[in-house]
Amino acid sequence: MSDDSKGETKKEGCAGCDCGGGGGAGGSLPPVAQQDARRGFMFKFGAGLLGIGGILAAVPIVGYIIGPARSRYRNEWVDLGVTTLYPSGQTRFATFLNPIRQPTDGDAAKTACWVRCVEAGKFQVFAINCAHLGCPVRWFEQSKLFMCPCHGGVYYQDGTRAAGPPPRGLFEYKWKVEGGKLLIDAGRLPGLEESV
Amino acid sequence: MNREALIQIVKQPVQWIEDRTGVIAFSTPLLSHHVPRSAKWWYVFGSATLMFFTIQIVTGVCLGTMYAPSASNAWESLRYIDEEIPLGWMLRALHGWSSSAMVVMMAIHMLQVFMHGSFKFPRELNWITGVFLLLTVLALAFTGQVMRWDQDAYWGLGIGAAIVDRVPVFGDQMRALMLGGPIIGGETLNRFFALHVFILPGAAIGLVGVHMALIMKNGISEMPKPGEIVVPSTYRKGFEERMEKSGVPFFPDAAQRDMVFCGVCLILLVFLAAYYGPFGPGGMPDPTLINTNPRPDYPFMWIFGAVSLLPPASETAIMLISPVVGIVILVAVPFLSNSGERAPSRRPGMMLLAVFVVMAIVALTWEGVTSPWSPVMDGWSALPTPTQFVKGRTPLQMQGAVVFQYAQCRNCHELGGFGGKRGPALDEIATRMSPDQIVRQVQQGGGNMPAFGKNLNSAQMTAIVGFLSTLRPENEADSSIPGAQLPLPIKSPLVVNSPFTGTGVPAEISAGVSSR
Repeated sequence: MSDDSKGETKKEGCAGCDCGGGGGAGGSLPPVAQQDARRGFMFKFGAGLLGIGGILAAVPIVGYIIGPARSRYRNEWVDLGVTTLYPSGQTRFATFLNPIRQPTDGDAAKTACWVRCVEAGKFQVFAINCAHLGCPVRWFEQSKLFMCPCHGGVYYQDGTRAAGPPPRGLFEYKWKVEGGKLLIDAGRLPGLEESV
Repeated sequence: MNREALIQIVKQPVQWIEDRTGVIAFSTPLLSHHVPRSAKWWYVFGSATLMFFTIQIVTGVCLGTMYAPSASNAWESLRYIDEEIPLGWMLRALHGWSSSAMVVMMAIHMLQVFMHGSFKFPRELNWITGVFLLLTVLALAFTGQVMRWDQDAYWGLGIGAAIVDRVPVFGDQMRALMLGGPIIGGETLNRFFALHVFILPGAAIGLVGVHMALIMKNGISEMPKPGEIVVPSTYRKGFEERMEKSGVPFFPDAAQRDMVFCGVCLILLVFLAAYYGPFGPGGMPDPTLINTNPRPDYPFMWIFGAVSLLPPASETAIMLISPVVGIVILVAVPFLSNSGERAPSRRPGMMLLAVFVVMAIVALTWEGVTSPWSPVMDGWSALPTPTQFVKGRTPLQMQGAVVFQYAQCRNCHELGGFGGKRGPALDEIATRMSPDQIVRQVQQGGGNMPAFGKNLNSAQMTAIVGFLSTLRPENEADSSIPGAQLPLPIKSPLVVNSPFTGTGVPAEISAGVSSR
């Protein structure tokens, strides 16, 4: 720091006082009270700058971390193939690629479901996930039951709860038939808070 | 060159480093601080936990150079490490076994501290940092299981997501935060990767630092003796005097025991890892491969067991509240009792509590491993019908045995010791239920059994009840005969007095159905 600048700060700091602003080579410092006042200002100024900078930097960071909770992922209509794949009165296994997927999902983007054709043109499409804790349920054609391997949830063929811990029946996808094809409204992992 | 000169050559750089860093001045008290003379083999578990943690860091960094933290090739990269990289499988085995060992050693360390009352004044914060270390290590274990990115990892995440989803109001958002989106996918693995290799190890290292600093500040507790009570106002002075008088330096007096124990643990670990190999990866993480039987790793098996045994009506509340209550209680331990007796013999209630908790965790783990509540998914197709249940039966009853198998009854019911344990074993069902009662139970279900009324036609129902009504020990009457204790001379178990045999008389007399 040059002598000039010292002189300048002193002039500012010592406005209206005669403390002898001319700093010599030995550099007599301003009185302690003034140093404290200046330090108090610098501290507040620094804290303010850091605060503003911190908030600016935090926007993308916090936004990135909580992003998944904010964004509204939309389900899409997914093609499950021609309706003749699903004979009347039968329940069949079907798979599809999740419309909500990322480039790095790999096999995890594949999704399975159970399609029950109640009668020609009338379907029930069940999520693979047990309503208890999400394990994959399996269909048993002979006893017309879905069973879960994790905690023993059991459902009837229409998806209603038959036994075990599930708090409700199987989750159902909305479906429609267009151009002879069965479409379901799929994407989000089913959960108790929402139906798929 | 003489000895003196040699010493000078070594000394000079050491002194240079010491002058610039002060590392010797810093570490000397760490090594030479006095510990109680009574601190013997009970005190080795914390050191062993730290050793396993160090192994986790070293092996983890090595694995980090080869593991692909991406849902599309994580599983492949693990297979590559196992099969192509020289001794890569051993590295994974060490990481996996050391992780289990760390959890176990930590639990033992914690149990020892609890039983010896070492958490009392002035070591409350030692305990609390320990509780947070436990939580961090369990979180590392769970996120580590996700790193395997196999079927267990995928469906384990599904279970975690389903539990989080049950949180009122914010469940959906919390689930999305956990999974990094609306499905279990690429972002999910990367979130857990960031937790597993950056956040949690960083937290653990910081907590270990604080835990150790607190040990230096408060000293190692002495072995508890009945009658030597902790009085906060005088404890420190007395402790310091006793350490001055009868304490021994940590290094080498106490450290040598740590070294022996850690050495044994380390050699055991290497043998375990070499013999049993790495954990997984299991089946490919393809959610359309549903012939899977998801199970968590051992540290979480007791939770899996507990979740299965909760009454459905209250399970959401219990699942969400009990972890919070559990953590609060653990943190509160030193505040509930931070003075007084430390000796186990003077704290019988606390000892009972510790025994109860250990037994509960062991029992729930066992339940989780055996999973009696889970249907045996291939029971109906894979299990044979023991011959004693078909020998001498009529065609109708034999047909019933076929229907019994065909309708997946075996998935939940045992015959001859094989089958599901979800429902009762049916070996002696005819002694407990009359054919009419069996008809009603099969048709309408109830008592946690699905109703089969719509799924079985009347011929199947007749056959299955005919078969079930024969299931009773020899010489024991079925429940439909009044005074059933009569020793009836029945050679083979047969049904009487039912619409399915068409008679109302004992089997010996009834035509055509006995073993004749």
